[in-house]
Amino acid sequence: MNETEPARRTPLLILVWLWVGLPFLYGVVELVRKVAQLFGG
Amino acid sequence: MALGFLDRSHSIAPPNWSRWLIPPAALSVHLAIGQVYAWSVFKPPLEETLGLSGTQSALPFQLGIVMLGLSAAFGGTLVERNGPRWAMFVSMTCFSSGFLISALGVAASQYWLVVLGYGVVGGVGLGIGYISPVSTLIKWFPDRPGMATGIAIMGFGGGALIASPWSNQMLESFGSTTGGIATTFLVHGLVYAVFMSMGVLLVRVPPEGWRPRGWQPTAGNGNKMITTASVSARNAIRTPQFWLLWVILCFNVTAGIGILEKASPMITEFFRDTATPVGAAAAAGFVGLLSLTNMLGRFVWSSTSDLIGRRNIYRIYLGVGAGLYLVIALTGDTSKIVFVLAAMVILSFYGGGFATVPAYLKDLFGTYQVGAIHGRLLTAWSTAGILGPLIVNAIADSQEAAGKQGPALYTTSLYIMMALLIAGFVANELVRPVHPRFHEPAGDGSAVPEKEAR
Repeated sequence: MNETEPARRTPLLILVWLWVGLPFLYGVVELVRKVAQLFGG
Repeated sequence: MALGFLDRSHSIAPPNWSRWLIPPAALSVHLAIGQVYAWSVFKPPLEETLGLSGTQSALPFQLGIVMLGLSAAFGGTLVERNGPRWAMFVSMTCFSSGFLISALGVAASQYWLVVLGYGVVGGVGLGIGYISPVSTLIKWFPDRPGMATGIAIMGFGGGALIASPWSNQMLESFGSTTGGIATTFLVHGLVYAVFMSMGVLLVRVPPEGWRPRGWQPTAGNGNKMITTASVSARNAIRTPQFWLLWVILCFNVTAGIGILEKASPMITEFFRDTATPVGAAAAAGFVGLLSLTNMLGRFVWSSTSDLIGRRNIYRIYLGVGAGLYLVIALTGDTSKIVFVLAAMVILSFYGGGFATVPAYLKDLFGTYQVGAIHGRLLTAWSTAGILGPLIVNAIADSQEAAGKQGPALYTTSLYIMMALLIAGFVANELVRPVHPRFHEPAGDGSAVPEKEAR
C-alpha cells in the first residue's frame, strides 16, 4: 500500500509542531543566552 | 494486555494520515523524559531543606537511569506487542506519577518517597518512553530512518535544555522550601502529563504494507548491510552483530561521557597555568556548548547516516573521535580553541552514536522487533554510564595523589578513551549481514502482526 494523498491536516500539523517546537525553542534560547553571557560578557 | 483505545489495533492510521504527525508525537515524549538530565537543579534545595548529602540527593537520578536501562531492556517486547500508544501512555503515567509521589514525599519530609517516586516509578517511564516511538518512526520513515530516530532522540537531549531553566524559574517563584519544592514537583507532574498526552493521542502505526509514495523496499539498494528480512529480539541477542553493536555503543558512549561528566573541572584544570585560565562561569558556558553539540549531533549525524550508510558514519564517530582525543592529548594546554572545538565534535559524535543506532539495528535486523532489540542494546548505555566516569575520575584522583596537576591529570584517560574508540572502530569493521538462520521463517516479518510475534 503506497502513501495516498494526505488529507488537509495543515492546521493539525502546525499545532503539533508548535506544541513541541515552542518549548524546545525556549530551551535553546535560554542556553544560547547563557553561553553568550558567559563568553561575551 | 492493552485494551481498547491504547491497543495497537486502535491506533492504525487511516490511509491519508500524514507521517509528519509522528515525529512531534515522539518529541512530546522525549522532550518530557529528557528532563532527567536536569535533575541537578533540584539537588541544592533538596539538600538544604531535607538535610541530605550530595550522594543522597543524587539517588533519584541514579536510580532513574538504572530503571531506564532495565525497563527498556525488559519492557521492549511488551512495547512491540502492545504498540506505541500503550507505551507512551505507560510512560506518561509513570513519569508524571513519579513527580506527584515526589511532591508528596517532600511535603511530608519523607525522602524515601522521592527516591521511590522519581527514581523507580519515574524511571520506568523513562525507559518505556525512550523506546516507545523508535520502531513506529522507522516504519513510517523506511526511506529516512536515521533522520526520523534522530529527531526523537535529539528531543531527549533537548528535554534538559527546557527543564533546566523552567525548573529553576519555578523554584524561584515557589521558593526553595519543602512547600515550594513540593509545589514545583506537583506542577511538573501535571504539566508533563498534559504535554505527553499529545503524543498518546497523536501517535499512529502505519497500516500493514504501507510505504511512502514512490519508495520501493529493495534490498538496501544493493547494500548488503541493509536487510529486508526480519529477526526477532530473542534471536537478535544470539547474533554476533548484536554484541558488536553493543560494544560499539558502549565504547562510543564511554568516551563521550568521560568528557561530559568532567567537562567543567577538566577545562578549568587544563588551562589553570596558562595566561588565560578558565573561570567557573566560562566553564559552565563550555558545558552548555557541549550540551548543544550533543543534541545537534543527534539530528545532523543520524540524518547524514541515511546518505552515507550506517557503517561509514560509525567509522567517522569512532575513527575521527579517536583522532580528536589524540589531538587534545598532544596539544595539551597550548590551544584553548583546539580543546573546545575537539570536545564539541566529540560530543556531537556521542549524541550521533545514540541517535544512529536504531537505524543501524533496523538495517541489520529489519523493522520486525527493532524497538525491543533497541531496548536490549541500551544496557550498553547503562554500562558506559558507570565505565566512563569511573575511568576518568579514578585516574584523575590517582594522578592528583601523585602530585600532578593540569593536563597531566587527564592525559592517561584521554589515551584510554582513544583506545576504546579504536576497539569500537574494529568492532564496527567486523559487522556483517546477519546469517539467514536467524531470520523469521515468514520471510517478511513485518507482514506478521507483532501482537502474535514471539
